[in-house]
Amino acid sequence: MSETSTRAWLLSDTPGSRAQARWGRRYQLWLAFRRNWLAVAGLAIVLLMLAMALAAPLLATQDPGVQNLANRLAPPSAAHWLGTDELGRDTWSRLVHGGRVTLGMVVAVVILVAPLGLVVGCVAGYAGGLWDRVLMRVTDVFLAFPRLILALAFVAAMKPGVESAVIAIALTAWPPYARLARAETLTIRNTDYIAAVRMTGASPWRIIWKHVAPMCLPSLTVRVTLDMSSIILTAAGLGFLGLGAQPPIPEWGTMIATARRFILEQWWVPVIPGIAIFLASLAFNLLGDGLRDVLDPKQR
Amino acid sequence: MIENTSPRAAVPSGGRARPSAARLRLQALSATAASVPITLFGLALVTFLIGRVVPIDPVLAIVGDRAPQDVVERARLELGLDQPLYVQFWHFLGQILRGDLGRSVMTSNPVTQDIARFFPATFELATFAILIAVLIGVPLGVWAATRQGRWVDQAVRLFCLAGHSLPVFVLGLVSLLLFYATLEIAPGPGRQGLYFEGLVDERTGILTLDALLAGDMPAFRDALWHLAQPAGVLAFFSLAYIARMTRAFMLAELKSEYVTAARAKGLSGLRIVWGHAFRNTAVPLVTVLAMTYAGLLEGAVLTETIFSWPGLGQYLTVSLLNADMNAVLGATLVVGLIYVVLNLLADLLYRLLDPRVK
Repeated sequence: MSETSTRAWLLSDTPGSRAQARWGRRYQLWLAFRRNWLAVAGLAIVLLMLAMALAAPLLATQDPGVQNLANRLAPPSAAHWLGTDELGRDTWSRLVHGGRVTLGMVVAVVILVAPLGLVVGCVAGYAGGLWDRVLMRVTDVFLAFPRLILALAFVAAMKPGVESAVIAIALTAWPPYARLARAETLTIRNTDYIAAVRMTGASPWRIIWKHVAPMCLPSLTVRVTLDMSSIILTAAGLGFLGLGAQPPIPEWGTMIATARRFILEQWWVPVIPGIAIFLASLAFNLLGDGLRDVLDPKQR
Repeated sequence: MIENTSPRAAVPSGGRARPSAARLRLQALSATAASVPITLFGLALVTFLIGRVVPIDPVLAIVGDRAPQDVVERARLELGLDQPLYVQFWHFLGQILRGDLGRSVMTSNPVTQDIARFFPATFELATFAILIAVLIGVPLGVWAATRQGRWVDQAVRLFCLAGHSLPVFVLGLVSLLLFYATLEIAPGPGRQGLYFEGLVDERTGILTLDALLAGDMPAFRDALWHLAQPAGVLAFFSLAYIARMTRAFMLAELKSEYVTAARAKGLSGLRIVWGHAFRNTAVPLVTVLAMTYAGLLEGAVLTETIFSWPGLGQYLTVSLLNADMNAVLGATLVVGLIYVVLNLLADLLYRLLDPRVK
């Protein structure tokens, strides 16, 4: 199929199959998304960072753990593109490997949290009554703590490290999704098509899983994307306080923490990972903003 | 019990006399207030459970790991650790209600006393930060809304996104590098200069206020000078949020019919924006401010670490690194409590100020 006919097939007003309709809708969303250049830039940065994290062993010029005390705190040069840290380790190599840890933490949190929030919210909203009250009370309790503080207390109770940081952030991150999914479910619950499905004898679980949850996905996707930036900031904040990834693991927040005392003399050592955190967080914000305009116009 | 207090129950159920608006509002208020004890109970439960999963043995933390077996056993009994969990939780609740959060292993003071000592510094920092955030954020948001879609609007939007994305600890470090080390216009970390330390009587624990009360202007200026940088850094995040919300509220108002009417009447742009539209955004803005203020507590933890600001946040992190669980849980509980109260306040203010909320 040539390019023009693919486009015509996608934009057809009378799709011949479900797949055609689905792909046509996706293509239209993409066309709308593409108009927002800031959002496209965000997407590009996110994809680039993910690719760099995946290809870290290929991109790193040196082993991120190899120390060279004779060449510590060196400024950027041809041998060390972004200089070296307080133990003479190559900052560029640590940065790309650190992306694996930081972005990996974010992905892990989202994988843990988004389904949980979706299920809790949909069940609470669809079942109503006692279920709703109990689940929403639990949600409220977790919402009552500032995120970083609760995460801090959790990490303190467990052992500082990547796993505990992920669990701690996940524990504090799910309530907003549950709230959102519940609000969406409440508006969907009383629609005619749900009544029709119910009349055909579908079980509540089937209705929630097949007909309610998919409708909650767009707004949830937007929220998750926007939230990723705050997850990055929390993960890096935990690392900065010495409670996230432990040295010598190259995590961006931890890198800043260990290099913090050199801010006045060799400022690039702590600032470079700071820029990485900022860029990642900004990219997710831009992407989320663009996605919201496309997927969830009523929230603008 | 809960059924009676849910907002839905406040709707009149077809009685003869319709309850007055004031009564409805009162009912809604009591519904909000009634949810607070449950939330606080949950707060205490979560804190308690965190305290129970700690791998650190609280007995060994007190008596030391060289203590003879009978001393360990006695301490365990004294702490009530042989009791079932729900009994322990019951004791914990009783303690909290009596205002007893245990003793800090690190400072060997009661945790409540420690928190009372460290809290004023955080309060001062957060209050000053929110002032900065409002004074800059609100006009910025209004300005962007009046120029919707133009370059000012785009610039403000980008600025807000940057504010949301910049980690407060990186901003703090860069600010120290720029204003303290390079330009030398800001003082270093800490709350006051060496010369002023201990000069002013401590009454409220809020240094700027204490200096003012003592009438010591040089000390006041010094305290303010030390406060400006951390408060500015802390304000940045909230500033972005406030500007963004102000813009959204203003846009909604500027599209409404009364603004068109005011324009048709020939009122000046300034009067329409500030005299009419802005006044109607005040109510939702108050809510946003209360919530932002609560969020500042979070940023304070990181800001205080960077600027060696002796507040609650630093107390929390130092206790954490020393595995001083009583102090950690006490501080967490207090911060959670403040957070709940501020959110409640936001909710109440919204209901009280906006006549449309029933």
